[in-house]
Amino acid sequence: MKFSDLILQTAAKVLVFIIMTFSIYILFAGHHNPGGGFIGGLITASALMLLYIAFDAETIQEIIPVDFKIIGAIGVLMALLTGISAVVVDSAFLTQVYKYVDLPLLGKTGIGTALVFDLGVYLAVVGTTMTIIRSISEDM
Amino acid sequence: METLTTIVEYAVVLAVLFGVVFCLLGALGLVRMPDVYLRSHAATKSATLGVLCVLAGAFLYFALFEGHISAKLLLGILFVFLTSPVAGHLNGRAAYRSGVKLWRRSVRDDWEKALQQKEKGASSQENVRQ
Repeated sequence: MKFSDLILQTAAKVLVFIIMTFSIYILFAGHHNPGGGFIGGLITASALMLLYIAFDAETIQEIIPVDFKIIGAIGVLMALLTGISAVVVDSAFLTQVYKYVDLPLLGKTGIGTALVFDLGVYLAVVGTTMTIIRSISEDM
Repeated sequence: METLTTIVEYAVVLAVLFGVVFCLLGALGLVRMPDVYLRSHAATKSATLGVLCVLAGAFLYFALFEGHISAKLLLGILFVFLTSPVAGHLNGRAAYRSGVKLWRRSVRDDWEKALQQKEKGASSQENVRQ
């Protein structure tokens, strides 16, 4: 049976933007505040889940034509490459660099290679969670 | 500045107290009400207002006494305000769709009539097609 509820669908359309924004904030706040790649990825996955609940799986699959297995693989690869790039410049594996840079719009911003690692964790978590949920729901 | 601090102190205390009392009233309504729909009516509204008041009190406290404008709390207020009524609606709808009876002293049920009309309309359309 196809479930459709106008109130839920309209609310989901607004809420997904709030949840996604919050997940990105959590991802970037990870260095100085509570947050980071893992919890940011889980929040993004929950926003996607809200879409899956409010609409049906085929519609979402059309709108977001992404294979989440590949997303997870890209995430793990990114985390691995930050480690290997440290070896390339003659440091120990997974050595992180933190540096303050003057960006044109944001001013003085601290950028670390840990962010790339966190991004990898984020993508891996999103990919894994969505793959698990999708493959369970397809059996039903 | 001294009076302003005092006023905000009282505002924070009142907001939090008001919110907690409303949450308590929601919990009491959950225990005391006779059927699912009245319970969800009591719990959804009063808990939403209660949580909003507590969050607003926390926001005021951090804004004035710690000098920290917390956008997360504002976002939380907006989020609870948007989601909680939708959750209440879905609870009630799911209960009605799975056949939970109304309280025995209820006098009218408009949705039942609407659903019957909808079914009738669907069947007459099928007749036309045939």
